[in-house]
Amino acid sequence: MKVIVCIKQVPDTAGGVQFNPDGTLNRAAMLTIMNPDDKAGLEAALRLKEQYGAEVTVVTMGLPKADDMLREALAMGADKAILITDRRLGGADTWATSSTIAAGLRNLDYDLVITGRQAIDGDTAQVGPQIAEHLGLPVISYAQDIKIEGDSVVVQRQYEDRYHVLKAKLPALVTCLSELNDPRYMTPGGIFDAYEKEVTVWSRDDLKDLDDANIGLAGSPTKIAKASDKVRKGAGEKFTGSPDELVEVLVGKFKEKHII
Amino acid sequence: MTIMGLEEYKGVYVFAQQVDNVLDGVAFELIGKGKDLAKDLNTTVTAVLLGYKVEALADQLAEYGADKVIVVDDPELEVYRTEPYAHALSTVINTYKPEIMLVGATAIGRDLGPTVSARVATGLTADCTQLEIGDFPLVPVPGKENEQKHNQLLMTRPAFGGNTIATIACPDNRPQMATVRPGVMQKIAKIAGAKANVEKCDVKFEKNNRYVEILEVVKAVKNVANIMDAKILVSGGRGVGSKENFAILDDLAEVLHGTVSCSRAVVENGWQPQDLQVGQTGKTVRPQIYFAIGISGAIQHVAGMEDSDLIVAINKDEDAPIFDVADIGLVGDLNKVVPALTAALKAELANK
Repeated sequence: MKVIVCIKQVPDTAGGVQFNPDGTLNRAAMLTIMNPDDKAGLEAALRLKEQYGAEVTVVTMGLPKADDMLREALAMGADKAILITDRRLGGADTWATSSTIAAGLRNLDYDLVITGRQAIDGDTAQVGPQIAEHLGLPVISYAQDIKIEGDSVVVQRQYEDRYHVLKAKLPALVTCLSELNDPRYMTPGGIFDAYEKEVTVWSRDDLKDLDDANIGLAGSPTKIAKASDKVRKGAGEKFTGSPDELVEVLVGKFKEKHII
Repeated sequence: MTIMGLEEYKGVYVFAQQVDNVLDGVAFELIGKGKDLAKDLNTTVTAVLLGYKVEALADQLAEYGADKVIVVDDPELEVYRTEPYAHALSTVINTYKPEIMLVGATAIGRDLGPTVSARVATGLTADCTQLEIGDFPLVPVPGKENEQKHNQLLMTRPAFGGNTIATIACPDNRPQMATVRPGVMQKIAKIAGAKANVEKCDVKFEKNNRYVEILEVVKAVKNVANIMDAKILVSGGRGVGSKENFAILDDLAEVLHGTVSCSRAVVENGWQPQDLQVGQTGKTVRPQIYFAIGISGAIQHVAGMEDSDLIVAINKDEDAPIFDVADIGLVGDLNKVVPALTAALKAELANK
């Protein structure tokens, strides 16, 4: 069984956020981590490797420095790593990103594709389902449990007030939640091995089944009109007094705002 | 990626999500926002209702302002699954060619939206908190004034866990699609007795590899509330003092039909489970009212709740940083203020 995990290197939101003049993110200037939902996806794949001897390949699209994150994935236990990197792919929205990654996956054999539900930078949750759409795969989003049964994957799919147990014929794509598991740490031996292994690097030219009209900033249907650091709102009103006086003030405010 | 004939696309459409044949509140909110947009564009709002035996729900959509309701009614749509729903909504889009398609950013909408946008080859902006009609680019590029497009949907959304906001347009593709955060847009006052103008859309469903099988539906996943969905959060911090003392927060939450959440310190002390933690290492929440009770307001906590519509802080330390983000700050002893507030609200609500 072959499992592909799509992972993304994301800015650590604790480290501050910077923009290019065109409004896109200046990813090069920020500290980075492996996106948490993706890391849970990798962990899920590594458990399938332990259970069924699955071969795990991690794929990312990003800057050359995403090599670091791929090495981390290898050190955790992934078998192969592929970096799709090319200036022509920069500034992509979810349509262009999913078109590009789907083209990369067409170069590979797979039974199961796992992605994180969403990345902590964009928070869109779009790329996973869109890859599935481009590849014609069944998609199950928001996985909180993943099992293989024969030629199918059985997934607990989370909703706000329930979950569904869904069964999809392989090949399929599953997007998973960080609640799915606690990802393992890299082992010292794994780290050593990770730097012995080769990361396969693909440029745009290695992606055959991909139209230039669907890549990068120009191939992105959504365009940024404006982006900025959030303006933090200032303090509101502050009141002191006896508990009863404070309650009276608050109840008055709630009435004013039609809350009660 | 550009498609021709954009001018053929007309009207504001909203996906009217229903589960177990009950409409989700976000459907009404989208119609409400849709009406604002439709007014600016001089067009109408159409709700798209997908399900099985759901036609009876159409009048409710009219009561909240839908000018028309397109219904796709089929046994395949009885319980949500990505494929039959994506097929149905894509078919409606390809048939009716809406200019704008809004979907609630729910666990269903955030799966359906991306699938459909990829299928109909258009852009999708996720989790929008503001929608308006305007120009793109916002300011014309000097020398290219005639390239500025008017009457575009401008979609504003937070990103980076709320650290940034971006306004996005989809100038060259249609429909302009957005998922919209529940609880943000306003529904209109109900027009009681309004009858829907229903149009049935006949969609053929052919099973393929993308249909998944539903083995089981398990309701009420956890006994712990999902704080991300709560409209009112009563959140406690270290100042609450003990696990037992959270009872006074439970009481306040109960009166307001809210949910209790907490800061990291509370989880570390073992007073509440991690699922209820708000903040950078917990959850990001955006309720209509957030009570910060005995929470000092460390930046890591604030990052997870500052987008709440109304923040009420109760803290005995008048210099606590939480007061810098609170809309209403009460400087006082939470052990006295919270029970008094609960009693006062109970009395007010009993008089309704």
